Order: sequence, then C-alpha cells, then structure tokens
Amino acid sequence: MSTRKVLLVTLAVAFAAGAALAQSPKLGKPITEADIAAWDVAAMPDGRGLPEGKGTAVEGAKMFAEKCVACHGEGGKGVPNVAAPMIGGQPLTNGIDTPKTIGNFIGYSTIVFDFVRRAMPYPQPRSLTSDEVYALTAYLLFINKIIGETDVMDKQSLPKVKMPNRDNFIVWAPDRI
Amino acid sequence: MGKSQRHRGASASLEPVAGNGLLSRRALLGRGIVLAGAAGVGAAGAVTGAAAEPLADDPWSLEMGGGTPPLQTPSRFEKSVVRTLSNPNNEFRNSHARTPHHLLQGTVTPNSLHFSINHSGLPDIDPAEHKLVIHGMVKQPLVFTLDSLARYPLVTRMAFLECSGNSAPLFSNEPLQLTAQGLHGLCSNAEWTGVPLSILLDEAGIDPAAKWVIAEGADSQLLHRSVPVKKAYEDALVAIYQNGERLMPGNGYPMRLLLPGFQGNMNVKFLRRLKAIDQPAMSYFEGRTYSQILPDGKAWRFHFLQEVKSFITHPSFGTKLKEPGYYEISGVAYSGTGRISKVMVSADAGKSWAEAALQGPVHPKAFTRFRMPWRWDGQPVVIQSRAWDEAGNVQPLRAEFVAARGETKKPPNPLGFPNQHYNSLTSWGIDASGEIKHVYA
Repeated sequence: MSTRKVLLVTLAVAFAAGAALAQSPKLGKPITEADIAAWDVAAMPDGRGLPEGKGTAVEGAKMFAEKCVACHGEGGKGVPNVAAPMIGGQPLTNGIDTPKTIGNFIGYSTIVFDFVRRAMPYPQPRSLTSDEVYALTAYLLFINKIIGETDVMDKQSLPKVKMPNRDNFIVWAPDRI
Repeated sequence: MGKSQRHRGASASLEPVAGNGLLSRRALLGRGIVLAGAAGVGAAGAVTGAAAEPLADDPWSLEMGGGTPPLQTPSRFEKSVVRTLSNPNNEFRNSHARTPHHLLQGTVTPNSLHFSINHSGLPDIDPAEHKLVIHGMVKQPLVFTLDSLARYPLVTRMAFLECSGNSAPLFSNEPLQLTAQGLHGLCSNAEWTGVPLSILLDEAGIDPAAKWVIAEGADSQLLHRSVPVKKAYEDALVAIYQNGERLMPGNGYPMRLLLPGFQGNMNVKFLRRLKAIDQPAMSYFEGRTYSQILPDGKAWRFHFLQEVKSFITHPSFGTKLKEPGYYEISGVAYSGTGRISKVMVSADAGKSWAEAALQGPVHPKAFTRFRMPWRWDGQPVVIQSRAWDEAGNVQPLRAEFVAARGETKKPPNPLGFPNQHYNSLTSWGIDASGEIKHVYA
C-alpha cells in the first residue's frame, strides 16, 4: 500500500472512531484511581493488588480458632452441610467429583488471600486487617503442608509460593480469549 | 371414518416417521395457526373426547369477580408452579432457585421463575446510590449511575443464562429421579435490555493492550470474574431490564453483566466495577469452583462457553400419561455459539430419529422451543432429544460424553455439583401405565 493510501485509510478510521465517539452520550463522571482504591481489592497471581502487611501460620492459627472454626471445623477439616474441607484431599485422578481443597486443587496462593480478604468471615466480610488476612492465608497454606509454620507471608513472599496443582490446568479454548 | 376426521386426519403427514409413533413435524407446520394458538387443541379434544355432560353456569360466572391488583400474580390454582430452593433458611452458604421447566411452555422464563444462584444472599441495593466504575487500563476512569446508563442507546435481545453446573445430576453413574426442574433448573431464558459494554469501554478509552476485564459485584463477597475483552466487544451488555421490567433482585438488580452464551457466573450481578487489565485475575470462582476436573486428573480452566444442548420438558418425570393417544413432545434447545438449526427426537431410545418442528423466531444464544407430534400406542418407550446449532455443533450422545468427561462412582447428592458443563442427552422412560422415569439410554 502506498504512503498516501495508508494515510487515507488511517484518516478514515480515525474519522469513523471520532464520529462514533461524538455520538456517544458520555454520561460517565471522571474519577481518579486514588478515589477507586477502596474498591480495587482483587489480588492477582503475580502479586498485583496485594496490600502491605504480613503474617505467619502461628498467628493465623489463633485467628482461625477465634473467627473461622465454627464453620470450617478443627484444622480446616470442614463441617458437614456448612463448609467443605480445606485441607488434604484425594488426588484429582480419583474421580471427576473429587472434592477440591487448597492442597489438591487451587493453582495460586493469591486465590486464598483474595477470597479471605473479600468474603470472610461470612457474616462480617472485610472486617479483617491485612495482617490478619496474611496470617490466615499462611495458616491455610501451612495446614496443607505447602509452607512452614513460621514462614512470613507478605506481598513479596506470597506470590512466590508454588501451589502443588499449579501446572495441572488446561485452558479450554485459548483461541477464544 | 366421520366427515370431520377425514377433514383433519387424512393427511399423509400423520403417518409415523420414526419408531414408536413419532409423526411428521409437517403435521404441525402445515397448520401454523394450530401451533400458535389454542384453537386447535380444543378441536383435537373434540375428536377423541367422551360424551360431554350438559353445560351449566359455574359460580364464578354468576357474581362480580375480585379486585384488580396493581401487581398481578398467577391464579391461586397455580401455586405449585414455583422455584425449588437449596437453602430456604438462608444459612451462611450459597442458595439456588431452580426454574420449573416441566410446568412452563414457550421460551420466555417469567421473571418470578427465572433461576437464581446467590453466593452470599441477596443484597438490598438502593438504585439511586448504586455506582458502576470502569478503570484500570483506560485513558479516563469513569463512574456511571443507573440513571445515566438508562439514557444510553439501549439494545434488547433474547438470551439464555445457564449455570455451568446446570444438569450436574446427569454426571451420576445412575439416573437420579428428578424432574426437568431438578436436572436442568439452573438455566432460564429472558429478553434483556441494556447498554453495549463496548460503548462504555470506548468512552473510557480502553488500552489495546488490555486483554481482560475484571467484572465485580456489590454483593458482600464482591463476586468477581475475568472476562475476555474479545467477548466484551462481541455482544456484552450492561443489562438494566429483564422481560421489560427492571432486573429482579435475584438476577442482579439494578444492573448486571450479560455475556450471551457464557456460563452464568460470569454474568456478574449487582455489577459495580469493571477493571481493564492484561491478565486474568484468577478469582476464586474461575480458579476453583468453575474449573472442572477431567477423568485423567487434569482440569479445564476458562471453559466459558455453554455448548449446544436440549431436553424434553413435555412429557417428563413428574407427570403421567393418562391414556394412549395423541401427545405433543416438546422441549427447549439452545447453544452459546448461535442459533439452533435442528432438533431430532427419538421415541425408541435412539434407534430411529425424526426432525422436530422449531417454533420461530429462532434467536441466537436463546431458547428455541421444539415440537414433535406423537401418537403413543401404550407400549413402553424412551424419548430423547438431540440438538444441532448453526455452526454444526451437535449435542454429544451419552456414551461418548461419559467416555470423554467421566461420571461419578456412586450417585451424588441431587443438589450437589459433581462436575460442570453437562450437555449430553436427557432420556425419559415411559412404561405401559404411563409412568415416567429418568433413564439412561
């Protein structure tokens, strides 16, 4: 394509986009990322979204006994008809309905942190401090024998924890993403 | 043969076209008005009806009726037409309400009966206070209200919604005796109206390097899912109306993401945040609950598409055939890929098949009602349906589905989710007394 043609096509595309936007209602109010911070809670596998703070399984065990055990049972064993076990679990080759736990299924440690932070405890979500969430996450990883009891979890160390089942996932249809 | 019977019944199209009394769909197509209205049903009844008693006025015809309410509800005689609940006391766990397919007809699920799954109860959202923010990899983060979105150019379309755990009881190694509601009640179909998400992302100036949008709700768990930008620009809506009225609380009031054809959980309800980003968030629901285990122990991640599927709703378990004679077999078919192109029905456990009539208009990624005329001779039969979509995808037979995707070792809890994305056949066995059971065939 000649330079002139490229320029014309570029202009045409720019004009079309401009025309579309000109018709756009534009009724959204501008806001800054700083003002969105309170809602921006998703923690990602690479560590983005993790807050400052730290905790260990030793501290987490105390928190768990206080705030979690009623629904999740001693040591995360679960309570029938309330919460499924979070520890151990059969190998996934044991059947398509193998119960999923932190130890046998979840691929990223940040999933544990993220869900505790946004959803737990069930009756008082987001009532925990970041230190408490790190401590509980450390405890849940420790009882699944993934980290040591005194290993400190924070925004640097947590994403580096390799979960046992991490490499066992297949993206169903990569071309559709 | 009487004059009227000759007039209606002499057509060659009422000859059987497949085993156990399946009749040609032409019997329906040639009488389009019969299909669309109730007039033909009365006429058909007259042909086989017993001698009628003399007619007299009933009590309700002899006095003025009751008041006309501002918001009408179904007749008191329809009290059994309700959703079934998995958590009626709202304990600290998720709740499912299933659509009674075996008691409904047509394709539109009434709003009061649309299925609903809530992972932390129903938030009581004041629409005047609710906000939707778009941010992340955009030129200008923006906040929208329900009032501002309602001023946008709106789009109305039909779309089914289906939990990817719908039909999970069919992963059982033995057929569980459940109605079409118990088996398939976690899918429904409605007319949705909303703002194309592409307009809002364009206004915020999304970065071409953004590949995903994190969608998050205002429920107490802030349920979040990662949606490919590709899908956001294909046909995603921020829906604010459901069958002409505002969304039901259980379906996302006051606004939800609608991703036609994608698994229900991604159609985030109570939508309050959209964050453009380069990587998926790997949320609890995409990284755990909706990643499904395969027979070899691997797991599929991002199985978003609800694939082509159909099931018979009439007749089905929970009802009984009172006598041999004419019946209409009907059900729903749908595909997350596009339009339904064909539905085949069998009454002899798959030995022979005949093509069903499709009730138009056939919308993409929406329920299509299929109908098959049938004369039951009173012998035991097994009825099944199998659907094709316009891209050529076909509903897999049970043997091939189980070979690829597995089944349980023992029958599971009927309210549980042994696995995800069942889209193989459903079979109903009818015995000589007219009793209907769920069977595998």
